[in-house]
Amino acid sequence: MSTMTLGRAAVPVRYLPVLVTGCLLVAMFVAGGIRYEGFAHGQVVLNVFIDNAFLLVVAVGMTFVILTGGIDLSVGSVVALSTMVAAGLMAGPGWPPYVVIPLVLAIGSGLGLVMGYIVHAFDIQPFIVTLAGMFLARGLCYTIGTDSIPIQDATFTAFAQTRIDLFADLWISPSVVIAVVVVLVAAYVLHYTRLGRSVYATGGNEQSAMLMGLPVGRTKIAVYTISGFCSALGGVLLSFYMLSGYGLHAVGMELDAIAAVVIGGTLLTGGSGFLFGTVLGVLVLGLIQTIISFQGTLSSWWTKIFIGLLLFVFILLQRLFSARSRR
Amino acid sequence: MAVPAPVLTMSGIGKQFPGVKALDGVDLRLSPGEVHALMGENGAGKSTLIKVLTGVYPADTGTIELDGAGVAFGSPLEARQAGISTVYQEVNLCTNLSVAENILIGREPRRLGRIDWRRMRARAAELLSRLELSLDVAAPLSSYSPAIQQMVAIARALDVDARVLILDEPTSSLDAGEVEQLFMVMRRLKEEGIAILFVSHFLDQIYEISDRMTILRNGRLVGEWPTSELSQVQLVAKMIGQELDALERLHGAARVFDRPLVEARELGRAGAIEPFSLTVHEGEVVGLAGLLGSGRTEIARLLFGADHASTGEVTVGGAPASLRTPRAAMNHKIAFCSENRKEDGLVPDLTVRENIILALQATRGWTRPVPRDAQDELVGRYVKALRISPPDPEHLVRDLSGGNQQKVVLARWLILEPRLLILDEPTRGIDVGAKTEIQRLVAELSDGGMAVLFISAELEEVLRLSHKVEVLRDRRLVAELPNDDELTTDVLTETIASGGRAS
Repeated sequence: MSTMTLGRAAVPVRYLPVLVTGCLLVAMFVAGGIRYEGFAHGQVVLNVFIDNAFLLVVAVGMTFVILTGGIDLSVGSVVALSTMVAAGLMAGPGWPPYVVIPLVLAIGSGLGLVMGYIVHAFDIQPFIVTLAGMFLARGLCYTIGTDSIPIQDATFTAFAQTRIDLFADLWISPSVVIAVVVVLVAAYVLHYTRLGRSVYATGGNEQSAMLMGLPVGRTKIAVYTISGFCSALGGVLLSFYMLSGYGLHAVGMELDAIAAVVIGGTLLTGGSGFLFGTVLGVLVLGLIQTIISFQGTLSSWWTKIFIGLLLFVFILLQRLFSARSRR
Repeated sequence: MAVPAPVLTMSGIGKQFPGVKALDGVDLRLSPGEVHALMGENGAGKSTLIKVLTGVYPADTGTIELDGAGVAFGSPLEARQAGISTVYQEVNLCTNLSVAENILIGREPRRLGRIDWRRMRARAAELLSRLELSLDVAAPLSSYSPAIQQMVAIARALDVDARVLILDEPTSSLDAGEVEQLFMVMRRLKEEGIAILFVSHFLDQIYEISDRMTILRNGRLVGEWPTSELSQVQLVAKMIGQELDALERLHGAARVFDRPLVEARELGRAGAIEPFSLTVHEGEVVGLAGLLGSGRTEIARLLFGADHASTGEVTVGGAPASLRTPRAAMNHKIAFCSENRKEDGLVPDLTVRENIILALQATRGWTRPVPRDAQDELVGRYVKALRISPPDPEHLVRDLSGGNQQKVVLARWLILEPRLLILDEPTRGIDVGAKTEIQRLVAELSDGGMAVLFISAELEEVLRLSHKVEVLRDRRLVAELPNDDELTTDVLTETIASGGRAS
């Protein structure tokens, strides 16, 4: 008789990329701590969170999209549009923040919904659809104003200046709390809800997912809507951070978000990856910036060079893993 | 045999696709507790009928009744909820998810909207134990073999209260032991009163497991018979609608060939195939026999330059040749029809004409397009010669059946007028009719002086066609047998098993 219990991979291959990123992060932190004085301090890590809270939120949305095998190029522009709408409405007609913020979130989600619908209903490459969305959102910024609009609203400035003290004179900003909540909710959705599992199934094999009776279309629309929502929320966090709205905010942030997701071990082909990896990916990007600012002699463009090199390494790693798991 | 009241009745089903009448007035009755075989060639309409039944396509005409009540499913999901579950030919699961998820996704046990992973794993293990399988349900599906994946697909189909189970060619990727296990499961389900619709190209399997059969041809119903009342020969005759002279042995005997075309001397590639020597003469059909993974495809790839040889040399027509790339091999008029027609061969969104002309165009270079008149003339000739159906060169290859797609790949290489044609499993997964046509074609080509290297897992087919048979085992060429009267499938099996004639 044939034995029906065939061997399985001894090491859970799917955890490996996250593990590699985690090790990289630790190595970078240790190296920085040895090299630079004052680097090995808790606040340095927290500052990475504080300076990248908006990117983290945007990358969470991007993770959903990439897990289905799609891509969302519009996120940077939606972030900019969100800062612009928020600043414009508060500076011009003087709307209160508790009206403006929900409106901004609704606009971002709406844009995502429309793009998701187009991707699904007309079966068009997400790359093209979100590219169009990217131009559209960026262009809309300039219909509001071509210059930077400062935000003077009391709530916003208070939010921007609040420090939440932790133990031992460590502190974080409210944005970090929001970002962490977003990460936790998103991780719960991905792991413990049908929507989350449909996201993985769609990314694994869309045709199969459909034949298994999963709502593939709804899932795809949902992930772009989530990504739009996260971008808008990222835009709100960015306007806390910058205290201005500007059409040139967040130029190229979509690429940072994609880079963070990929470095976090999520396969661009979809179906494999973890939200925790994305958090690590954002931290890696942030830590590179920190190291370069500690070095002091390097221009900030070196950040891009390191990110570029890292991406190459991680894409090659992905290739290696997917080749092995296919056997 | 008294037939109990059918659980499912389809009557007068018709379905029209652009340019093709896929189904025309087809009836099908399924009774509880029976295995019902749906028979027909590729393109006869089996898949379309199943898709109409499961709600993938709407029917143009006709009615479907489940337990006497009319139904029309808008999606596979609706069909499943009504108790009609399908396991498709290609395993339609998500290999990146765990075994448990693949069985239960979409119906996960939940508590307050939260997926209850523990209960899900327990339920999955329970369903698998019904099939006498014990797997690590938390492991990703990709860590299991296709056979296991197939079983998982069945477990998924059984989770809902399935009353009708459709198995669309579930056995095409299974080995004998696995098929036996599947049949055991099918018999048990049958006893539980489930109606099983079974599609397979393997006639022996049909006769082993099925109670009744419905035969389709060209989208029309041929009839319904109890399996015991129809012999295999009658069945095939009804499927292809013609007498069976075509199934006779095409080549009788070993012949003497004196004009060597391709000679390989101590050709080998480390890790893939040990050095072998092989001579293919003009007009000769050389069969390669051996188990999967014994080195059959590796030999073909070496001779076509798809892999680099690490030792040995090749001469073509007496002169040393360097077959370092497929292009070089093509310049020596060697053509290679790979076993993976879907992945390596065809461009599904191009037309039959464009697909056929592709290789010819590639050899000419893009600066010298093949004139449209010449294209039409060439393609028309091969569409006719190979009996590609539908005989419309402007039809999209995607819409063709598997057998006809295979003919398109063949036509593409034949148009180059190769001197050596390498065919890797050209008849796998296609039906009896297309199979005999391809076999006949191979015979005709070799009569015309073309050399053919023929690779097939079916020993009978190898024997029927080849002038001599090369036997492979464990990546080594172990024997060369002339196809004389003494050579039978038993001898071949023996040779493969023992690794040489001497023992």
